[in-house]
Amino acid sequence: MLLSAYDVGMARASTTSDAFNAIAEGARRDILEALADGEVAVNDLVDRLGFTQPQVSKHLAVLRTVDLVTVRAEGRQRLYSINADTLRTLHDWIKPFERLWNDRMDRLDRVVAELTGTRRDQPGKEQP
Amino acid sequence: MNQPPGSRFGSAVVTLPTDTQIQITRVFDAPAAIVFEAWTTPELVRRWWGSDDHPLTVCDIDLRVGGDWRYAMTMNGAELGWHGTYRAITAPHRLVSTEVFEGYPDGEAVNTLTLDEADGTTTLTVVVQHQTKENRDGHIASGMEAGMQRTLDQLDSLTADRSRS
Repeated sequence: MLLSAYDVGMARASTTSDAFNAIAEGARRDILEALADGEVAVNDLVDRLGFTQPQVSKHLAVLRTVDLVTVRAEGRQRLYSINADTLRTLHDWIKPFERLWNDRMDRLDRVVAELTGTRRDQPGKEQP
Repeated sequence: MNQPPGSRFGSAVVTLPTDTQIQITRVFDAPAAIVFEAWTTPELVRRWWGSDDHPLTVCDIDLRVGGDWRYAMTMNGAELGWHGTYRAITAPHRLVSTEVFEGYPDGEAVNTLTLDEADGTTTLTVVVQHQTKENRDGHIASGMEAGMQRTLDQLDSLTADRSRS
């Protein structure tokens, strides 16, 4: 199970990879998307996403722990917004690794395509 | 996201399934047997594992359980090497091997390659299992160093071009 550390309360300081793990969960990405245009109150998130209030609160708590969202009180409401700095850090952290593998897989794809073409050209080979 | 030419199934997807894992996924328009061959044949691995800027200078593959592999490239005059041992081979669907980046010899990881074929396309999944979260995070950060290296190289060639003109 993902993120058990968050569910029992974080024992150590959060790191960039914790933020990355936090958005591995689809519901948390939905929340971030809902916050993309600006501040949203918890109740509005509940209405918009169709999750229960405890679910939304739990996900928001995780997102706060890893600094992906910030919260402020206005009257009796708590308004949540995205922390763009953390999102940027997250992107900068994983992107080069992903690009390295993406480039590698693109090259592998060309090798595989060439081999596939060669095999198809060989007479007597069965084709699927 | 830009689709590079020759890539019909888009980009590689990197996820972190647990605190100690990295998972890389990509779909290929080919049977598993061909992807497996490209993954395990030295002449073919040389064509995709290293980049044009940093080609493999060593690509040794002893494809049997207990057999060793070693890849190396040269960066800034220094050799960067990776090596490991094949632990389980079920061609063409699964390959388990250890991997050590020689710059961090204590951080051995276990790589599991899975090739799932359906309707002539193959989903390639690599799960890199590290021993600690620190090693896993260090592995990802090494991608950042490679990216930095590429930027520096581009800057170098840009500077060289300028000084020639």
